[in-house]
Amino acid sequence: MTPVPIFLEVNGERIDTHVLPRLNLADFLREHLKLTGTHVGCEHGVCGACTVRLNGEIVRSCLILAVQAHEGSVETIEGLSDSGEIADLQAAFRDRNALQCGFCTPAMLMAAQDLLKQNPEPDREEIREHLSGNYCRCTGYQAIIDAIETTARLRAERAP
Amino acid sequence: MKASAFAYARATSVVNALELLAVYGDKAKVLSGGQSLMPAMNLRLISPEFIVDIGELAELRGIFVKGDVITVRALTRHVDVLRSPEIATHAPLLRDATSHVAHPAIRNRGTLGGSLAHADPASELPACMVALGATVIVCGPQGERRVPAQEFFTGIYETALSPQELLVAVELPVARKDSAHFFHEFARRHGDYAMVGLAAQSTIVGGQFTDLRLGFFAVGDRPLLAGAAGKLVNVAVTPEVLAKASVILGEELDPQEDQQATPAMRRHLAQVLLQRCVSTLLSRPDLQGLPAR
Repeated sequence: MTPVPIFLEVNGERIDTHVLPRLNLADFLREHLKLTGTHVGCEHGVCGACTVRLNGEIVRSCLILAVQAHEGSVETIEGLSDSGEIADLQAAFRDRNALQCGFCTPAMLMAAQDLLKQNPEPDREEIREHLSGNYCRCTGYQAIIDAIETTARLRAERAP
Repeated sequence: MKASAFAYARATSVVNALELLAVYGDKAKVLSGGQSLMPAMNLRLISPEFIVDIGELAELRGIFVKGDVITVRALTRHVDVLRSPEIATHAPLLRDATSHVAHPAIRNRGTLGGSLAHADPASELPACMVALGATVIVCGPQGERRVPAQEFFTGIYETALSPQELLVAVELPVARKDSAHFFHEFARRHGDYAMVGLAAQSTIVGGQFTDLRLGFFAVGDRPLLAGAAGKLVNVAVTPEVLAKASVILGEELDPQEDQQATPAMRRHLAQVLLQRCVSTLLSRPDLQGLPAR
């Protein structure tokens, strides 16, 4: 099984490398690029902890091979956090205690930001539905939904 | 777990993909969106020696309407189906069903062709194909062949596809003006595989069904086009008529036992769905809430 050449962009940085075909994108990000904010939980698409953006859309990085991200643009929680894109969402999560152990949080933020980009003023049911693919074993979800609802409201108030 | 090692080729065209499949045959698996294949590989349920990645083949994308037929090519993603005005207008059952397929991050990658070729008996889209009377278009070494959806699904994860063939598109009849559809499923969590589900397509004239196709899923080893529908067509549906159809449905189902539900529970839920479907489609609230059988 020979390594396959790939190039892609990760958080705006161009990466040229070789990977084994069996390597999934989550492990590529964590093990090769040391971007450990992307978490690996169930490895079969149920828990959602590995959610990242590929070409602007959220995906499960455990269900994508690194070779499939060839020529693509990946954004991880590190990218979203460093750019300040989700600073208000992160603050709302902190303020509302919408995280406890933090394992699910990077992916929750990814999914929440994805929702707010598509639907700036979702109701609680729409928030629940968009986050239905992300497990949290600590919070019971209510605080997460509160934090997202609050962020949506504050963004709407700030908008011109 | 992680997938076991395999060799990988990125197909450059449908012709190239078929050449690769001709060489590797049943040692190979076709990778489109990977949202069914990758979980199965990560769980080591399957360990193909060779992966043929068709994900970049633009010729397998797109939704086209021509006359009475809507063609959906294999690599059309679930999110593309949800956003398509053509699907919303001409195959609204497929749109409703797709909104129940997994979660947004999975719908951004998973494809219609991949879901059909994977043929999980609990998945929504095979049942839609059966209910809509779709035709599955398959390409192989001998050229193209057209398989009616009802003959395409042959068992748990089994289809009429040979290892050398590629599913390239499906054709659906454009929904008629007097048609109505119903979709509902029972699942533990929104987006999970259903315990029982129903995709139904009908035509209704003067308060009676002139056609009714009931595609049940997660009630057997493949989607079931229920014969019970025959008892409801071209008759005035009374509670007695519906109860009779419900009994027949219970008899024709052969549900599996798994950690989600017993066969008896699945049979009961299917009968509840039948009642809700008929009552909703005919706008007859008096048919709701009757004993399921």
